[in-house]
Amino acid sequence: MAEEFFIQGNEACAKGAIAAGCRFFAGYPITPSTEVAETLARELPKVGGSFVQMEDEIASAGAIIGGSWGGAKSMTATSGPGISLMQENIGYAFISETPIVIVDVQRGSPSTAQPTMAAQGDMMQARWGSHGDYEPIALSPSSVQEFFDFTIKAFNLAEEYRCPVFVMADEVIGHMREKIVVEDDIEIVARKRPEKTDDYLPFENIENGTTPMPAFGDGFNVHVTGLTHDERGYPDTNNPETHDKLIQRICDKVLNNRDKICSVKSKGCEDADIVIVSYGGPVRSVIEAAAQARADGKKVGYVKIDTPWPFPDEQLEELTASAKDVLVVEMNLGQMYYEVDRVCKRDANVHLMGKIGGLLPTPDEILEQIDKIGGN
Amino acid sequence: MSEPKQNRFLPYMREDRLPHIFCPGCGNGAIINAFLAAMEKAGMDFDNIAMVSGIGCSSRIPGYLKCDSLHTTHGRALSFATGLKTANKDLDVVVFTGDGDAASIGGNHLIHAARRNINLTVICINNNIYGMTGGQISPTSPKGSFGTTAPYGNQDAPFKLAELVAAAGATYSARWTTVQIENLVLAIKAGLENPGFSFIEVATQCPTYFGRKNKLRTPTAMAAVMKANTVYKSAADRMSAKELEGKIVVGEFANTTKDEFTENIDKISVEKSGKKTVINSAFETEL
Repeated sequence: MAEEFFIQGNEACAKGAIAAGCRFFAGYPITPSTEVAETLARELPKVGGSFVQMEDEIASAGAIIGGSWGGAKSMTATSGPGISLMQENIGYAFISETPIVIVDVQRGSPSTAQPTMAAQGDMMQARWGSHGDYEPIALSPSSVQEFFDFTIKAFNLAEEYRCPVFVMADEVIGHMREKIVVEDDIEIVARKRPEKTDDYLPFENIENGTTPMPAFGDGFNVHVTGLTHDERGYPDTNNPETHDKLIQRICDKVLNNRDKICSVKSKGCEDADIVIVSYGGPVRSVIEAAAQARADGKKVGYVKIDTPWPFPDEQLEELTASAKDVLVVEMNLGQMYYEVDRVCKRDANVHLMGKIGGLLPTPDEILEQIDKIGGN
Repeated sequence: MSEPKQNRFLPYMREDRLPHIFCPGCGNGAIINAFLAAMEKAGMDFDNIAMVSGIGCSSRIPGYLKCDSLHTTHGRALSFATGLKTANKDLDVVVFTGDGDAASIGGNHLIHAARRNINLTVICINNNIYGMTGGQISPTSPKGSFGTTAPYGNQDAPFKLAELVAAAGATYSARWTTVQIENLVLAIKAGLENPGFSFIEVATQCPTYFGRKNKLRTPTAMAAVMKANTVYKSAADRMSAKELEGKIVVGEFANTTKDEFTENIDKISVEKSGKKTVINSAFETEL
């Protein structure tokens, strides 16, 4: 039997984590994500899970990587200042191919800026906030239901591709209350335990560009390092080929599976002159604005990006095929805009409606932009 | 010709990773020996040991030992170890770190891990210098000593790590040097047996960088200075601060019992779910 709840976004995220099998959480208090930690501090002990309040966000990221190698699905939740602190260890998780989930409930930034207001200013931090080359997976929920669903999906993707996965929410989605439906047949991806054979190599390309990992204590004597390593996990830092092969594989396992990872939702794009592209909180106003524009006889459609990273090039190209203009609506001064522009600029004019300050763009503000572009 | 004598600890090593990167005269080899001897004396199952380290010469040690090993980011080993131990309380988690790693960039993690009294055994190899990056001054460098970033002599007072960690709440804390291997073995054994946060500081020689910069070019010269400057804690307790300047105080700084961090988590789990915290749940489909 499906169950219904009327809860806050951050609580839905915590609920999704437990449903996905998360049994270890480490975090540090920060507005506006703290309720994720508070909920898990209360709920994890009820399912035999562990909650640790660490001394800072650097330690939180380190602890969940340790927790993951300890055999527990592990997560942390934070906001912009915390994401900045976590970046070094996030890079470690990428090069060591450690499945972890990082929830970022975004707030006005940079620095301390607007702790209680919404923003989408960390999208590039999710992409390449740590130093070096890697390709992340990130999901952006635009409702409380999606914050629940996408947290589960994040855990599944982390296990499938053995990598960190971001859930990029914002203050509005984190703090709003909505009804969610929890189905009783939620699909969960369990970690695959490798077979103990003489030729097992913990860092080779077996499936999806990666290979199943054991837990510490399983008897594999695996060496995990942030140094460039060979397929055994042994440091090999001065060999250009080893580095090239390792980093290419880590990037390719995400990029080559874009058709399976990328997800978009759309409406009215087939004959649209104007396509609005958005993700996360602002999508709520975009849906409303697009419906109003259609009612006014304008050929307007929208694309909602569920997975900002890896960027859904092919889907977007297809859905904007008929568009003369593309309007990107986001709560920053242009981050995903440059990705949309890269994909769409050949056949359409790409416009940015970037709103900062902490309030969602309203449907009226979006309709104004549509009028300016010339959807008459 | 007789067979060359094989080191009795070789079976614990990843032989396919040898030779190691440590300089001639480095104390790391003696400390690996001391650790393995202590581990055997404590009757521990080597297969149940997982190691965590940060960045620096000493942090390379776990990579040469045949066990699960997590070689992490600079200064952060204790945060990774906290996650690992909490996720699987059955593992014996040992951390290898150095003075720069543990006390400079990782200082906050060090005091908080001690405060929690989480059951980890930390071996902090203190060579008073940044060896991996070529001889810069560290937070334990003696006042007046020279490094590439202290060409006119270090002006700062050093941390006393074993005392610091004891004050932060560790239930076992000790300091010995590489010239007192038997005491070191017993301290590591005591640390491994202590069901709480254990910190063993090992003062060691770095002839390559500390020695070169401080006119102690050979390991034997460094060992002689260490030996001459060693004062037992029982004697040090009766000495003035002035008399103790430049001395290495050896002995135990904490040896007590307190609630352990992961046991407390288990207690809450038993209270709220009727069972201890689950282990290896990531592999389960039915939770």
